[in-house]
Amino acid sequence: MTAVQQSNTPQTMDRDDVLVAENISMSFGSVKALKSATIRLPRGEVTALVGDNGAGKSTLVRCLCGVHRPGGGTISLDGQEVSFHSPTQARDAGIETVHQNLALVDDLAVWQNLFLGRERTYGFGPIQLLDRRGMRTEAKSMVSALAINVPNVTSRVRRLSGGQRQAVSIARAAGWGSKIVIMDEPTAALGVQETARVEELVRGLRDKGMTILLISHNFEQVLRLADGVWAMRAGTTVGHRRVSDTTGEEIVGLVTGAIPA
Amino acid sequence: MTATITPPSPPPSTTTTSAGQRLAAAPWPELAAPAALLVLVLVFGALDSTFLTTGNIDAILQASAILVVLAVGQTFVVATAGIDLSVASTMTLGAVVLGQVYSSGAGIFWAILAGVAAATLVGLLNGLIIAKGGITDFIVTLGTLSAASGLALIISDGKPQPVLSGFMLRLSADGIGILTWSVLVAIVVAVIAHVVLFHSRLGVHVLAVGGSTEAARATGVKTVRVKMAVYLISGLLAGIAGVLLVARVGAAEPASNTGFLLNSVAAVVLGGVSLFGGRATIIGPVVGALLLASLVNGLTLLGVSQFYQPLAVGVVVVLAAFLTRFQK
Repeated sequence: MTAVQQSNTPQTMDRDDVLVAENISMSFGSVKALKSATIRLPRGEVTALVGDNGAGKSTLVRCLCGVHRPGGGTISLDGQEVSFHSPTQARDAGIETVHQNLALVDDLAVWQNLFLGRERTYGFGPIQLLDRRGMRTEAKSMVSALAINVPNVTSRVRRLSGGQRQAVSIARAAGWGSKIVIMDEPTAALGVQETARVEELVRGLRDKGMTILLISHNFEQVLRLADGVWAMRAGTTVGHRRVSDTTGEEIVGLVTGAIPA
Repeated sequence: MTATITPPSPPPSTTTTSAGQRLAAAPWPELAAPAALLVLVLVFGALDSTFLTTGNIDAILQASAILVVLAVGQTFVVATAGIDLSVASTMTLGAVVLGQVYSSGAGIFWAILAGVAAATLVGLLNGLIIAKGGITDFIVTLGTLSAASGLALIISDGKPQPVLSGFMLRLSADGIGILTWSVLVAIVVAVIAHVVLFHSRLGVHVLAVGGSTEAARATGVKTVRVKMAVYLISGLLAGIAGVLLVARVGAAEPASNTGFLLNSVAAVVLGGVSLFGGRATIIGPVVGALLLASLVNGLTLLGVSQFYQPLAVGVVVVLAAFLTRFQK
């Protein structure tokens, strides 16, 4: 607890934070997955969350996007305390997540995936027809706004490469007037070129003013992409650094515990 | 999961598609049934001059109307990667309830309503047990297959109940041009089903649940409700098929009608609908049903023994499955 507060660099305090999660704890039965996790996401920045396997990154993220309900602590969005009972509620509040398994339906077209669960319809009363043309047009502009290299919004997702799928997922998360996009290991399964393209996409989103939480194992990528970084160890956030003031070794040290937080 | 381990797929071509690529990209499973239907019509038309007379075409359409309605219901279930083995018995139960209510002195309108409601109830029950209870569709619908046909036998005491109603007679005898009302009902069902599958939120969600239940859930699709809906639709359509059956036979019989179950699945497979879910059309199974009806009709015209018909249907279905396999 106190360790976390001491390690906070002072400049984060007067920043405009979109999301502040403080002292989040979470247990699965007798296993304490999160002891005390604190994270702040400054508006319009890429914030990275790093840590070893089992450090609690995924659990913390699942608390933020409404999959889990934390056992203790507070989450505030734009200064308002929030409590999510479901992923849908988190999404309605403006927190979008790009899951590691991408949550795309292979046999549906790109535009159908972009609008899945949020289809646009017209009609009256209970008889509602899909606005297919409208959604396709909108999907085209969502895709071109991010300069994504996707052949056509009418092609099936099955025909896309790994990087293109990732791009579609990110476009879906970013395209809904969302405040925060959480990305869980967005380049874990990608080759060098596709990784570069997805990183470009993330930078592009940041330049448009999107707030991003990036979960990554790749410290070099964190240094390339992020503005700030939080390190987790054993269910606790053990430190926060501005990327401009830190080095890869220091982050590794925080993650492994070589540097006491 | 598959998303992250997909090997680099062939570069998606954007503007320039060669004829070869376009040929490879053609939806062969979807085209198999229309192509086979065309071949059958040409062959039977050449072998027997009566095959293509309006009277015989009328007979084929009439014979396929019931199957079309059943196959459309089955399509919705199969699109979610499920299967409804109870369609035929549900239809029988609906028909028997119709017959019993009619014979008790109620008007034909109420009898039809009761029959359709009974079948819809079976569909609802299937949906509840499968979607909410999380029990395998195969087992549940196998159970309701038996339960519904047993119930039909109990209600009817095993005896056919003649339904002599002017309305029912007109349903299978009158119509517009060569299309009888039964055929028109099947067409209307197919058109509405097409609109639901491709132009409604439910339709996209059905295909999404079939394609990847996990992805659908993660994007906020109410997967349990979608699964319940498809079995409900299948039950409702089985009820409508039951009405057409009574109109055709002129009586409500507690017969087992297993042929209709097999043919409904066969029509769906012939129509290029993936049994793994996620890919479906309505026109495909409709053509599949027409194909099966034409096959039986043509073989009968040619004087082939009735015993050979199930054999021919089986061969055609397996051939269609092969076509689908080669496409992958």
